[in-house]
Amino acid sequence: MSTESAPAPQSGVAEDVKQGPRIAVSALTTNLREYGLIIALIVIMLFFQYTTSGTLFKPVNLSNLVQQNSFIIVMALGMLLVIVAGYIDLSVGSVAGFIGALAAMMMVIWPLGIFSNPLVVSIVCLIVGALIGAAQGYWIAYHRIPSFIVTLAGMLIFRGICQALLGGGSSVGPLPDSFKALSSGFIPDVIGPLTLIPPTVNAAGKTIVGSGLTLHMTTIVLGLIAVLAYAYFGFRTRRKRERHGYEAEPFPLFVVKTLVGSALALFLVFQFASYRGLPVVLLVMGVLISLFVFVTKRMTIGRRIYAMGGNAKAAQLSGINTERLTLLVFINMGVLSALGGLIIAARLGQAVPAAGLGSELDVIAAVFIGGASAMGGVGQVIGAVVGGFIMGVMNNGMSIMGVNVDWQQVVKGLVLLGAVIFDVYNKNKA
Amino acid sequence: MASTILEMRDITKTFPGVKALSNVNLSVEEGEIHAIVGENGAGKSTLMKVLSGVYPSGTYEGQIVFRGQECHFKGIHDSEHIGIVIIHQELALVPMLSIAENIFLGNEHATYGVIDWDANETRTAALLKKVGLKEDPKTLITNIGVGKQQLVEIAKALSKEVKLLILDEPTASLSEKDSQALLDLLLEFKRQGMTSILISHKLNEVNRVADNVTVIRDGRTIETLPRKDISEDRIITSMVGRSLDDRYPPREPQIGEVIFEVKDWSVYHPIHAERQVIKNVNLNVRKGEVVGIAGLMGAGRTEFAMSLFGRSYGRHITGEVSLHGKPLDLSSVSKAVENRIAYVTEDRKTYGLNLIDHIKHNVTLANLGGVSSRGVIDDMREMSVANDYRKKTNIRASSVYQLTGNLSGGNQQKVVLSKWLFADPEVLILDEPTRGIDVGAKYEIYTIIARLAAEGKAIIVISSEMPELLGITDRIYVMNEGRIVGEMAASDASQEKIMRAIVRGEGKKAS
Repeated sequence: MSTESAPAPQSGVAEDVKQGPRIAVSALTTNLREYGLIIALIVIMLFFQYTTSGTLFKPVNLSNLVQQNSFIIVMALGMLLVIVAGYIDLSVGSVAGFIGALAAMMMVIWPLGIFSNPLVVSIVCLIVGALIGAAQGYWIAYHRIPSFIVTLAGMLIFRGICQALLGGGSSVGPLPDSFKALSSGFIPDVIGPLTLIPPTVNAAGKTIVGSGLTLHMTTIVLGLIAVLAYAYFGFRTRRKRERHGYEAEPFPLFVVKTLVGSALALFLVFQFASYRGLPVVLLVMGVLISLFVFVTKRMTIGRRIYAMGGNAKAAQLSGINTERLTLLVFINMGVLSALGGLIIAARLGQAVPAAGLGSELDVIAAVFIGGASAMGGVGQVIGAVVGGFIMGVMNNGMSIMGVNVDWQQVVKGLVLLGAVIFDVYNKNKA
Repeated sequence: MASTILEMRDITKTFPGVKALSNVNLSVEEGEIHAIVGENGAGKSTLMKVLSGVYPSGTYEGQIVFRGQECHFKGIHDSEHIGIVIIHQELALVPMLSIAENIFLGNEHATYGVIDWDANETRTAALLKKVGLKEDPKTLITNIGVGKQQLVEIAKALSKEVKLLILDEPTASLSEKDSQALLDLLLEFKRQGMTSILISHKLNEVNRVADNVTVIRDGRTIETLPRKDISEDRIITSMVGRSLDDRYPPREPQIGEVIFEVKDWSVYHPIHAERQVIKNVNLNVRKGEVVGIAGLMGAGRTEFAMSLFGRSYGRHITGEVSLHGKPLDLSSVSKAVENRIAYVTEDRKTYGLNLIDHIKHNVTLANLGGVSSRGVIDDMREMSVANDYRKKTNIRASSVYQLTGNLSGGNQQKVVLSKWLFADPEVLILDEPTRGIDVGAKYEIYTIIARLAAEGKAIIVISSEMPELLGITDRIYVMNEGRIVGEMAASDASQEKIMRAIVRGEGKKAS
């Protein structure tokens, strides 16, 4: 059968046309979505920086922003794989709530002795998350029950269990400080602080909080290492491509991209260093993001997930065990939902029945704003992360501006719709 | 002499950077069957999209004159309104709706939105009679075969009081019998005075029904041949711009010992558990041999191949498979691939390719281990593999980063082949490897098959085109109703012999 659909002349008549410079252009346009998204995030940040008279970028607020949104981004990493694989998971908010409740019960109420240690509890909770993911994934993978239905059931079930565990409407706490550090802690300054400007001392002989400038040196060093590694690996990949004779993006574009990226990162690092250093949860997030970028871009299992989402039957007939892969994707989602639940509980310092309520929608929205396709097979980790930050910055910025919560939802909805329309429009244009 | 019903003059259509059609002229007489032939990507479908208004007036240059009136269609509705109806090769029917609902979809007999079902069904029954389809109008589309679905599409066109019927590859997925019936129907319409345009790859069909043939190549009209000048060779020469002395590449088979053997293979239907689809099939392939499996549509050939390949079809599969005399475990696709069996599906879009991903990722998918270590993909190695196979199989694309969904059928097929070649199989099962691809690409595929055989691989080709089997295989098995009903050397096989084997097989069943 002929496949002369509208754009097909490219493949037929145009085959003979020399397309040398086109490749550079297409490299740019294929990445345009990713750049566009990051630019959108920067524009939104600048907008709120202006409307909040500079509050947004204040070190304290940046730390808040990260701590408030980290659980969304952690869960979005799992959701990205779920959506790329061609499924959806509506249960993540409820699972997070349930795990938070479970953690609180184990640490505060149940007499578990040594097992109520926060570390032990956290590990047990992640395992329970994996089991929940496996239980839902089993029905989806091996019995072909639509994921929408299985996880809708999961959403009801785990919210119910969460509330039952907490004994009706009450909350359980306070949680131990060492546990709370997961969300509200900062990394220790092993190198020691560097005082650039000594703090002002007032008449009573006390230092004025927030005056002066002391840098958290460990944060600075970590930030520098990260930026250098980013530039080094970018450069190395580029060299490697050139050595093998493959087209890389134009050099000026590469330099600008690296410089802008590094400058932004260093600015943020400096802001964190001038407050209390890197939030622990940001470090956790950073490690997870790098891991998932690596898995999706470089590992065979990542490639297989994209292939399954793109065409499950073809993937299966290429020797990919789609059932097991589906199960693994949901187990991964379960673990990350559990981690999300721990982060929420640690931030609140207690387990509440409504923890994570409705957050599945924020997580899914982050992934779609990040450019994933609802049909599966398309989506990037970085996209989902930036999507999550776009939502987070809007939440944070609008709260500072004093925008009513009701209207915040309206704005978020419009942004989601706009991002997806922009995607579809781009695709049709291409 | 009949008058001209349609005249397309100097049609030029450009897409960004590409001229898809340049100064195409087409003139169709009233009451004729006019065939349009050309390789994939030649511009046939684009021309039809211009004609039917999919590309609205103003997006192309040139004139369309239909029944003496110059037309400026803004969309399909305009062209349908004056009686030009196109039936696309991908059928546009809703599977879970009935025949009657489909025929009048968007055009229901209704008053104030309330549908008059009786009127719809009575009219549907009349239309079905016209196309010779004996089905209840209430039957769901999903419950009738592709051949009948095609007839429903035609009935739907008739309901729109069609003056010019355009069929785009109508027989691409039909069996021989259904194809014949469809062509007979076209001839019947012609007797009743209807004009049709037939786009087809199957030159024997064109030969049979067309009054005039217009050949399109590289977005240009090459020539229009009248009935008396139509011959397959003449058309092929015109289509590819060169003469193909031989449609099949020359080949000197070097056949060794039996390496692949299937014994007593039986398979039951996945849903109707009592139905045996494959019945005690025995088959072997020698080193360097190309073995064909002939048979009619529904003979069970694809089901046989898929049940072999990792049990991808059927239930209660029994039988033995051996490679080099050792029994093989083919219980999953990955085991089959590990044991160096490959299966190139007949439906590349549904089962073969990830259409939203590019060539590079598709080529390595079945053998990711070959471009990775400890689960980490080596981008450079993958890149060189993809470029290598792109050259080997002559995939025409701007780069290995072109999406496979944007490739022509022939090039898509080459990507699927590359994928399986990279998996390095010893036994390669090709299911309808040249379905729906043009003459030039077919030749390239045959060349690849010949090369693989020369490398000592065992190859099984399933094909419904008997000349193809006779042209490229060494030995042919004939399958009918899930049974092997004949085996013959290709050198003394003929279309008649194969058909006779099939008919004899049917006779056996009746007795």
